Amino acid sequence: MKYLYIISFVLLAFSCAPEKPKGSEEFPDQPTSKSAVEDVISDPTKGIGAIKNVTLKTPLELDRVGRGLSIYDMKCGACHKLTDQRVVGPGWKDITKRRQPEWIMNMITNVDVMLEKDPEAQKMLELCLMRMPNQNMSIGDARDVLEYMRQNDGEK
Amino acid sequence: MKTLIKSVVLLLIVATAITFNSCKPKGPQEAVVGNAASKVYVAPGKYDEFYNIVSGGFNGQMSVYGIPSGRLFRILPVFSQFPENGYGYSEETKPMLNTSHGYVPWDDLHHIALSLTKGEHDGRWAFGNANNTPRVARINLKTFKTEEILELPNSGGNHSSPFITENSEYIVAGTRFSVPIGENRDVPISTYKENFKGTISFIKIDPITGRMNIGFQLKTPGVNFDLSRAGKGPSHGWFFFSCYNTEQAYTLLEVNATQKDKDFIMAVNWKKAEEYIAQGKGEKVKARYVHNILDEKTHMASSEMMTEVLQLDPAILKDIIYFIPCPKSPHGCDTDPTGQYIVASGKLAAIIPVFSFAKIQAAIAAKDFEGEFAGIPVIKYESALHGEVKKPGLGPLHTEFDEKGNAYTSFFVSSEIVKWNVESLQVLDRVPTYYSIGHLSVPGGPTSKPHGKYVIAYNKITKDRYLPTGPELTQSAQLYDISGDKMQLLLDFPTTGEPHYAESIPASLIAPNSVKIFKIEDNTHPYVAKGEKEAKVIRKGNEVHVYMTAIRSHLVPDNIEGIKMGDVVYFHVTNLEQDWDVPHGFAVKGAANAEILVMPGETQTLKWTPDEIGVVPFYCTDFCSALHQEMQGYARVSPAASNVPLKFSTGVVEETGSK
Repeated sequence: MKYLYIISFVLLAFSCAPEKPKGSEEFPDQPTSKSAVEDVISDPTKGIGAIKNVTLKTPLELDRVGRGLSIYDMKCGACHKLTDQRVVGPGWKDITKRRQPEWIMNMITNVDVMLEKDPEAQKMLELCLMRMPNQNMSIGDARDVLEYMRQNDGEK
Repeated sequence: MKTLIKSVVLLLIVATAITFNSCKPKGPQEAVVGNAASKVYVAPGKYDEFYNIVSGGFNGQMSVYGIPSGRLFRILPVFSQFPENGYGYSEETKPMLNTSHGYVPWDDLHHIALSLTKGEHDGRWAFGNANNTPRVARINLKTFKTEEILELPNSGGNHSSPFITENSEYIVAGTRFSVPIGENRDVPISTYKENFKGTISFIKIDPITGRMNIGFQLKTPGVNFDLSRAGKGPSHGWFFFSCYNTEQAYTLLEVNATQKDKDFIMAVNWKKAEEYIAQGKGEKVKARYVHNILDEKTHMASSEMMTEVLQLDPAILKDIIYFIPCPKSPHGCDTDPTGQYIVASGKLAAIIPVFSFAKIQAAIAAKDFEGEFAGIPVIKYESALHGEVKKPGLGPLHTEFDEKGNAYTSFFVSSEIVKWNVESLQVLDRVPTYYSIGHLSVPGGPTSKPHGKYVIAYNKITKDRYLPTGPELTQSAQLYDISGDKMQLLLDFPTTGEPHYAESIPASLIAPNSVKIFKIEDNTHPYVAKGEKEAKVIRKGNEVHVYMTAIRSHLVPDNIEGIKMGDVVYFHVTNLEQDWDVPHGFAVKGAANAEILVMPGETQTLKWTPDEIGVVPFYCTDFCSALHQEMQGYARVSPAASNVPLKFSTGVVEETGSK
C-alpha cells in the first residue's frame, strides 16, 4: 500500500512537470560574462582564461604604463596598494615577480572563473575573504595594467 | 430606543451581506482545473516567457512582472517619489518631478504604451500617463529608468493617454476634464458650454532618441475623453477616442452625464492635421509646461520651462475630426490587429458596437452625417457600424485581441471576460473573474501581431481571494490560458498599487539588451570621483561637497571633519564597481531625506542639512559583501563659529585625538 502511494506521488510529480517556457533558450539562463573562458591551460601557473602567452618587452612600453596608471586609479586603487600592504586585496609590490603575466591578466579579465577553479586564486580569496570584482576590463586594459605593475616593481 | 438601534444595526448587516454577495460573479465559484499549476510553473533559476509592464495607478509607478509565473521583479518609479532608491529625493532625480506648479511628488499612472515599429513591439521604450497633473513619461527598457517626463498644457487631467501609433510617430494625450483654457480662465463653472474646452495633444517621438515634444494640440468641444487607440494598417493615420459627458455636465456627472443614449467615438485624421501644419495653419499659443530629461552620461536630470504650443481648431479647419454616435458612456476604444475595426465599449450599454474603418471612410466621403456637435460633423451610427455583439455581458470596458481573429472584452459589472469573434460578432466563451475586472491584457494584444497565449485580468476588487490585511487589501491580477477554444484560469497574483492597463512583451525583445553596468569611463557627472584619488571634500561658502567613492567594502572619505552648523552637505557618491548587480546604498543619520541607491559606475547625490552638533554616522545600505557592516563612516559637525579645519581621510589612524 505504501508503495502505491509513492507511485501515485511519482505519477503526480510527472504530470505536474514544469513546461519549459518557449523562447527561454534565446538568451542564457544564467548571466555569464563574455570573458568567461573555461578551458584550463596546461601550465597551471598561467591561470585560466583567454590569455595563453604574453610577450614582455624591455624597455617598458611607456604608453601602456601611462594608460595602466589611469586604469589603476579608477578601477584598482580602491583595494590594491602599490606597497606590500594588504587592504581589501593584496598589495601589488613584487606581484610580477610572484606571478606569471598570463596569470595576472587572466585574473583581471576572467575573475569569476579564476575564483572558482584556480587554486592560487582560491588561496587569495581565503586570505582576503572578498571576491575580487569583475571591473569590466578588456584584455588590452589588463595588458596596460600589467605594464604599470612591472614599472611599480622597478623594471625599466 | 434600544430596539430602534438594534433594528438599524440588523438592517445594516443585511445590506452589507447583500452588497457583498452581489460582487460575486454568477457561475462557477472555482474555475481552476487540474494542470493549471504546471502551466505557470517556472522552475527556480529559469526565466519567464514574457515581461508584463503594469501600471501602478495611484502609486504613480510601473511594476514589472514575469508571465506566466506572476512573479514581481521590480517597481519602476515614474511619477512618484521612491525612497527605496532615492528617485525624487536625490539631487539628480528631483528635476524629473518638476512641473509648472513646482515639484509634484505624486501622480496616478493609468496606462502603458510600448514602442512599436511597423505595428509590432520593438522593446525600446515604455510610456506612461499621469492622470492628475497632466504628464507623460518615457522609460528606457534597456535601463528600466524613467528618462523623460513631459507636462501637458491646457489639460484638466490626462486619462486618454499615452496610446501610440504603429511606428511610434506619436503618443497622444486627451483630456479627461475639459477646463477653461487660454488667457481668461477665471469663469463661472456654470459656463461650461461656452468656456470649457478639451484638448488632444499629439506628442512626437524622436525615432532615434525617443525624446518627446508636443507636435500639435487639437482644440475640441468640452467633453470628457476617456480612452483611445491609434489606427493601424489601413487605418494608420487615424486615431480613435471615446468621449463621454457629451451632455456637457459640470456637476453630479453620475446622473447628469448619463442622460443621452449615445455619446461619441471621435475619429481623428492626424495626417490631415499634419497637412494643415505644413500649410502654416497652426496657431502658436502661449503655454507654460515643463520638460524634464535624464542624461545617461551625467546621470542627472534637468528641467526646462516651455512657453508655447501649436494649436489647431478642428471646428474651423475641417476634415480633422468626426464624431460617431456610440452607446452609452463609452470607455474602451480598441482597434483590432487588422486595423479594420474599432471596438467601442459603452459602460452602460447592453451591446458592443463594432465600427468599420472602411464604412467610416465611405460615410465621410458621402457626407452621410446626422448633424453637427459643436461645429463637428456627426456620422450616422448605422453608416459606420460593422455590427453589434449582442448580449455580451454587463458593463463592457476594454477589448484586447489574439492572433486568431478573436476579441476578449472585460465586463466590470458582471465580472467576466468574454471571448468573441471580430468578423462574425458571435460570443464564443466566457469566464468569471474575481472580481470586477477593469483592464485586461493579451501579450501583443494592442499590436498588429498579437502573441496570444494568455489573457491577464486586472481586477478592481479582491475581497475574499487573499488572506485579509485589514480594511486595505491587495490588488490582484488573474492569468488565463487562451490557447484553446475555452479560456482557462491558471493563476491569481497580487499586484502593487492599483493596476490599470498593462502590456506584455516577449522577454526575448528586452532581456538581451538589458544594461548591466554604467561604464565609469563614460560618467561625466560634474561631481564624479573616478577612483579614490579623486575623492575629496570642498567647501563653497556654506555648501560642503563630498566627492565620495564606494567599492566593496569601504567609502572614501570615511572620516570628515570641519562641517559646521548652517552648512548644507552634498554627498556625491560614485560607485566604482563595474560588476553586474553590485549597487551601493548610502544614508546619513537624521537626514531629512531618503537613501540613495547607486548603480555600478553611477554618481548620485544625497543632500543633508546637519541639525545638531556632534559626530554623525553614515553607511552603505545595500548588503554588498561579507564586510558590508564595516562599510561606514563618520561626519563631525561643529558649531557655526568653530575653527575646526576641513579635513577628510580613509584609513588614517591618529594615535592621539586632538581638539
